Amino acid sequence: MERNPEISIRLFSDPHLLSTIRSTVEGLAKVVGFSEKSRGLLMLAIDEALANVIRHGYDGRTDEMIWVHLWRVREPRGIRIIIEDLGRSVAPEKIKGRDLSDVKPGGLGVHIIKETMNESCWEQRPEGGMRLTLVKWLSPEELQNVTPTKPENTFP
Amino acid sequence: MNQELVIEQKIIGDMIVLRPAGDIDMARSSAIRKAVTEAVRTRPAKLVIDLTAVDYMDSSGIATMIEALQSSMRNKMKFVLVGVGPKVRSAFEITKLVGMFTICDTIEDAAK
Repeated sequence: MERNPEISIRLFSDPHLLSTIRSTVEGLAKVVGFSEKSRGLLMLAIDEALANVIRHGYDGRTDEMIWVHLWRVREPRGIRIIIEDLGRSVAPEKIKGRDLSDVKPGGLGVHIIKETMNESCWEQRPEGGMRLTLVKWLSPEELQNVTPTKPENTFP
Repeated sequence: MNQELVIEQKIIGDMIVLRPAGDIDMARSSAIRKAVTEAVRTRPAKLVIDLTAVDYMDSSGIATMIEALQSSMRNKMKFVLVGVGPKVRSAFEITKLVGMFTICDTIEDAAK
C-alpha cells in the first residue's frame, strides 16, 4: 500500500496562491538535499504545472480545486509530487512541449516541466480531471553533499 | 505574500528603466507587460528592465520579456536586461532563451 504523502495541500485555482506552493516545495526540496539551482527549477516546474491547470483545465477560473501531494523518495533519493484537479480532461499524448527554435511567447510550461523532472506523467482521472505525477532525484553531486541520515531521521 | 508587483520607472538619458520588485509569476506578469507596453509607446532609444529585485520568474514572465524584446526590435529600440539573478537565469537557460537577450550586470553597463 502506498504510504501517505508527507505534505498534502488543497488550494483554490487562484494564481495568487502559487507563491505559497512554491515556498512549500522549496522547503521540502531543501530537506531532501537539492541544491539552490535544483530547488529553483523544481519551484519553476510545479509553478508551471499549476499554472497549466488554472489556465487550461479551469479556463482561468479561480474558485476551483487543486490538490498537491508531496513525498520524499528514498531510493533513489528525491522528491515526488502529485497534482490533481477536476478540470478539463486532456488525452495525455496531446500534452507536448513546443519547438523552442520558434522564439515566441507562451507554451513553455510543458518543456520546463519535462526538462526539470526525471519523470513526468499525465493521466486522466477516472472521476474526472487530470493527475500529474512528477519525480526528481538528487544528482550525484547533490547526493555527495547529503549528510548521512541518522536512523531516527530516515524516511518512512 | 506579495500580491502586487511594484514597478519603479526611471528615465536615465535616452533610456527608460523599469525596475519590478517581487516575484514575476502568473498572478503578476500582466503588470510588467502593461509597463513595457507604456514604455515602448514613448519610443526611448533603449528599454532596460532591471531584475535586481526579482528573485523568481516563471514562463509568463519569460513570455513578457520575449514580447518586450520583439516589440523593442519592431520599434528600432535596444532592449537590455540587468541584474539577472540565479533563479531567473535558470528559467532563461532551461527555455534556451538566454542567448536571445542582451544581459548586463549594472545599469551603468546597460547605458554604454
